[in-house]
Amino acid sequence: MTQDSEDAARLHRNIHSHLPSDPALRVKTLESLMVERGLVAPESIDAWVEAYSEEIGPKRGASVVARAWVDPEFRSRLEADASEAIKDLGVDGNATAHLKALFNTPTQHHLVVCTLCSCYPWSILGMSPAWYKSAEYRARSVREPRKVLAEFGTDLPDDIAVTVWDSTAELRYLVIPERPAGTDEWSEDQLAAIVTRNAMIGTERDLVAEAS
Amino acid sequence: MFKPGDDATPPFEEPWHAQALAMADTLVTSGQVSAPDWAETLGAELRAAEAQGKPDTTATYFEAVVAALEKVSADLGVSAEAQTERRAAWEDAYARTPHGQPVTLDET
Repeated sequence: MTQDSEDAARLHRNIHSHLPSDPALRVKTLESLMVERGLVAPESIDAWVEAYSEEIGPKRGASVVARAWVDPEFRSRLEADASEAIKDLGVDGNATAHLKALFNTPTQHHLVVCTLCSCYPWSILGMSPAWYKSAEYRARSVREPRKVLAEFGTDLPDDIAVTVWDSTAELRYLVIPERPAGTDEWSEDQLAAIVTRNAMIGTERDLVAEAS
Repeated sequence: MFKPGDDATPPFEEPWHAQALAMADTLVTSGQVSAPDWAETLGAELRAAEAQGKPDTTATYFEAVVAALEKVSADLGVSAEAQTERRAAWEDAYARTPHGQPVTLDET
C-alpha cells in the first residue's frame, strides 16, 4: 500500500470505529497501564466513580452542620478539631487532608476557595460543583469576594465581614452556616435537609427554614 | 463554567472525567502520590492552560487533570514511551472492534 492509501484506510477505520476523544483515550491508556502495574485496582476506580457520581453528595456535610446546631458539646469539639469530631458521625471517609470548621456569625461570613487547583472536602461534600473548579472563581473570590457572593444572590451588608479561606492539599474547610430562626423544634434530620452545599462552601449565607 | 446559579449540572459530564479524578484520588489516598505533589502538579497544568488562553470550561479543567496524571504516572515509572505505545494499541483495538462489541487490547 502507498502512504496515501494507508492514510486513507486508517482514516476510514477511524471514522467507522467510534474512536473516543483524545483525553478519553489518554485516560484509558493510563488506567490500563496503572492497573497492569498494580498502581491502582480496577475495582477501587469503579467503586469511586459510582460513589461520587451518585451516593456521596453534600449529605454528610449537612449532617455535621445539623449536629453542630443541636449539640453544643459536638460544636466545641468541631471547633477544636473538625477531622477528629466528624469521626463520631462516621463521615470522615478516606480523606487525607485535615478539616477545619468555620463558623458564620451575625457579623462574620466565611468563603472557601482553592486558588491553586480545586482542593475540596470531597469525602463530606461529594464532587465539587463546576464553578468551584473554574479559573474565574479561583481568581475572583479572593480579589472581589463580595461581588462574587452577590452573583450567587448573597448580598452582604458592609457590617458583615468576609474572610476568604484558601484550601490546600493538607487543609480543607467546611463552613458552618447559622441556624435559621424558627427551627427550635426541628429534628436533626429536618435541620440537615435544609443545609445546602453552597452554604457549606460559603457562597450562600441565609438558609431558609422551610420544613420538608 | 463559572455559572453561580447552575446546580443542575451532573457531577461528571463525561465518563472519562470521573475516571481521571478517580485515578488521581486513588493514587493520593493509597499514598503513592502525596496530596501536595498532586495539588502542585494539577495547579501547574491549570496555570499552563490559562496562560495558553484555553477557555475556562469543564473540558479544560479535566484535560489539565489528565495531563497532571500523565506527569505523576511518569514519576511512578509509567514512561511517556509506554504511554504512547499503549495509546496506539487502544486506537488499533477500537479500529478493529466491530460496533457493539467490547473493545479490548487482547487480539485473540
